[in-house]
Amino acid sequence: MSMLTKNSVIKLIYLLLILLAASLLANGAALAQEPDPATITDDQVNAIAKQLYCPVCENIPLDVCGTQACAQWRELIRLKLSQGQSEAEIKAYFVAQYGDRVLAAPPARGLNWLLYVIPPLAILGGVYILYRAYKTWKQPAPQVTQPKPVAASSDEYVARIEEELRKR
Amino acid sequence: MIANLGFGALVIALLVSIYGVGAAVYGARKGAPTWVDSARNAMLLTFPLLTLAAVCIITLLVNGQYEVEYVASVTSNSMPTYLKITALWGGQAGSLVFWTWLLSAFASAVTLRKWDRDREFLPWVIVVCLVTLIFFLVMIIFFENPFARIWQMPLGEAVKAMFPPAGAQLWVQEDGRGLNPLLRHPGMIIHPPMLYLGFVSFVIPYAFAIAALITRRTDDRWIRITRRWTLIAWLFLSLGLILGGRWAYDVLGWGGYWGWDPVEIAAFMPWLTGTAFLHSVMTQEKRGLLKHWNMVLIILTYALVIFGTFLTRSGVLSSVHAFAQSAIGPLFFVFIGLTFITSLSLLLSRWSELKTDAQMTSMFSREALFLLNNLLFMGILVVCFWGVIIPLISELFTGQKVTVGPPFYERATAPLFAGLLLLMGVAPLSAWKYSTAKTLGRSIWKPFVVSLAAPAVALIMGIRQPAALVGFWLCGIVGVVTLYEFWRGALARHRTRDESLPVALWRLAGRNRRRYGGYIIHLGVVLMALGIIGIEIFQTQTQDTIAQGEQITLGEYTLRYDSLAVFDHTDGRNVARAVVSVFKNGNLVGELHPRRDYYYESQQPMTIPGVRSTMDGDLYVLLVDWQPISTQRATFRIYHNPLVNWLWLGAFVFILGTLVAAWPDREPEAAVERSQQKQPAQAKA
Repeated sequence: MSMLTKNSVIKLIYLLLILLAASLLANGAALAQEPDPATITDDQVNAIAKQLYCPVCENIPLDVCGTQACAQWRELIRLKLSQGQSEAEIKAYFVAQYGDRVLAAPPARGLNWLLYVIPPLAILGGVYILYRAYKTWKQPAPQVTQPKPVAASSDEYVARIEEELRKR
Repeated sequence: MIANLGFGALVIALLVSIYGVGAAVYGARKGAPTWVDSARNAMLLTFPLLTLAAVCIITLLVNGQYEVEYVASVTSNSMPTYLKITALWGGQAGSLVFWTWLLSAFASAVTLRKWDRDREFLPWVIVVCLVTLIFFLVMIIFFENPFARIWQMPLGEAVKAMFPPAGAQLWVQEDGRGLNPLLRHPGMIIHPPMLYLGFVSFVIPYAFAIAALITRRTDDRWIRITRRWTLIAWLFLSLGLILGGRWAYDVLGWGGYWGWDPVEIAAFMPWLTGTAFLHSVMTQEKRGLLKHWNMVLIILTYALVIFGTFLTRSGVLSSVHAFAQSAIGPLFFVFIGLTFITSLSLLLSRWSELKTDAQMTSMFSREALFLLNNLLFMGILVVCFWGVIIPLISELFTGQKVTVGPPFYERATAPLFAGLLLLMGVAPLSAWKYSTAKTLGRSIWKPFVVSLAAPAVALIMGIRQPAALVGFWLCGIVGVVTLYEFWRGALARHRTRDESLPVALWRLAGRNRRRYGGYIIHLGVVLMALGIIGIEIFQTQTQDTIAQGEQITLGEYTLRYDSLAVFDHTDGRNVARAVVSVFKNGNLVGELHPRRDYYYESQQPMTIPGVRSTMDGDLYVLLVDWQPISTQRATFRIYHNPLVNWLWLGAFVFILGTLVAAWPDREPEAAVERSQQKQPAQAKA
């Protein structure tokens, strides 16, 4: 009984997998036959275009750039989306064609690596300098400076007590 | 004729400036006041000379003298007169003249002050201002001459030169190419002068700092003299940045106000060091600390001011190679390098004299928190500087340009800005010198609890983004603490002096304008932060192509495309203007007219949004494209920018606060004296 069930389950799974593969193939074939860019909305295109920069219009993201060249790039994205390409594939295509500069931030390799390393290092350096300075605030004359914070608050405390005593 | 007159004025201004530097140095070295007075007169003389040069340029611009290359490049017959006048700063050469004119005006104003107690500063302040002026004048006269004309050589080629080459004829054009249409906007007309005013006025505190170093006056006199100058410089720089943002929002048509463009960052960097400086000088005034650091900050600010002008003016941003070819690029580079190295070596040579006995005592004191504030501002500066520099380095060494866009800056600076907001909430409650974790904790816990209401309300309203909740909480704590400071001060006055609360508040702010002006600025920043959180985190957008009568929906808004008209305007542009009806939750709330202007002369399109603006948020509609009238279809892009109006409201409060802080005292000198007398007493207290 249990064997039977197990076998049929496995068969069922195989059947499903074959169906799935067939449907994917059929889908793929249908797309390959007739990719229809009109089914891709502007929002889908812009979602990708937002992350790209054309080499001519400096610092203007592709989704808002008004030039003819950028409009053509957007149509290219639409076409590629309709061919079933993923966002990563489309971005990789533009990088291969025009270089890293089409990306909003350069990939962290080569010299560009410095972009991601220097600012945090500089800030950490600043923190370290402040930390060292903070150490010296306490260090030089422990007999004078160390009790100070305590003294300040206890002074206040004493003053309040004296005030209360005087009131009596 | 007028061109020659203007050019002559520039040349004489240069000669007078060179003489002034010589006379000032000689007078200071020999202790000869007559030479210093002569140098001062030279300084004062540059102002009418440069005014004459500027007036000459304006005359040429207004009269359409297109034989002058600059006039042809920035004006055209169809431009109205006010735009022709403002074209003075519409191009490279003219804006450099404008820069020198402003510098000369400010430097002249400062040399006219009463110098009784600080006479030894005078020659060196003159030297610094005039050296800066000389640098700009050399660039104008030899490389970027606004008076250069176009000549036609016997063989027909056109040559740009001040004086006629042999056998050449003056080439007079019928019309100019006109001002870049993007710059024909009220915001853009006042934005560059504001930035330049800010840039130029930072030269003054720098000049005093250098004078103090040279004359070995190691007290904080230079800071006290230039306090108001610094605030005014900062005010103009802030105004320039805000106007630039507003202009981008109204004209550039990408639904935002700040794109982390290198040109924007160029103006933002001196603002960062300037803001750090404004905070950190208080530490020197109150506690005599950080004397070296303040010098570093003002030297950096000056270097960044020149660097900012360099970035925007040398063409280095579009390509490192263009920069190498342009004449003024390398010159700028050398000047920045020389002044920076000279200033730093001067500082190093006076290092030991600037040492103080005063000591930082607590990590939670006001001065320590100011140090943290400075660290955060410097962090943002490093991020900005690297973001601008890396593409140049990359192009120089690998030949490949890279883009450093908004995502990088946003990710890198957002935590730093959040840290600054937190400090803004904490620092006003800490005391100079003595605050400890305990005392600070005691005064902060109540505002802290109250401020939690802000994220709580946001949560109830259905906001779940952690960044937004943190942001609202930070806004809450700054708002609560700042208002609490006003309340506490006013209440104390109300009780002790028997004044009504509003009167007490007014007089309190009047007594210490810098402090309460500063708090008003903090409130402005809170409001601006609300707007920034709104647009950065909650902006939504959609784009679609629809036929007339059809609709696009974005959130609770629906847009109906009613009609489109295409026509020529008399000022030389073709206008395509759409009419769309806006519905909110099904109710008609208004009509918008997004349009596309096309300028024939410069062949440049401009996308002007139709905006429905409320305190809740803006509906920002762009006409992206349209098909021939017969098909009646057009493409619209719609942004919903929640809370963005709070940004502009905050900007008003911000500027108001700066004005309060910088408002002149009735007796400035007496006030300084008073505060100096008070100083030892405070130190003892």
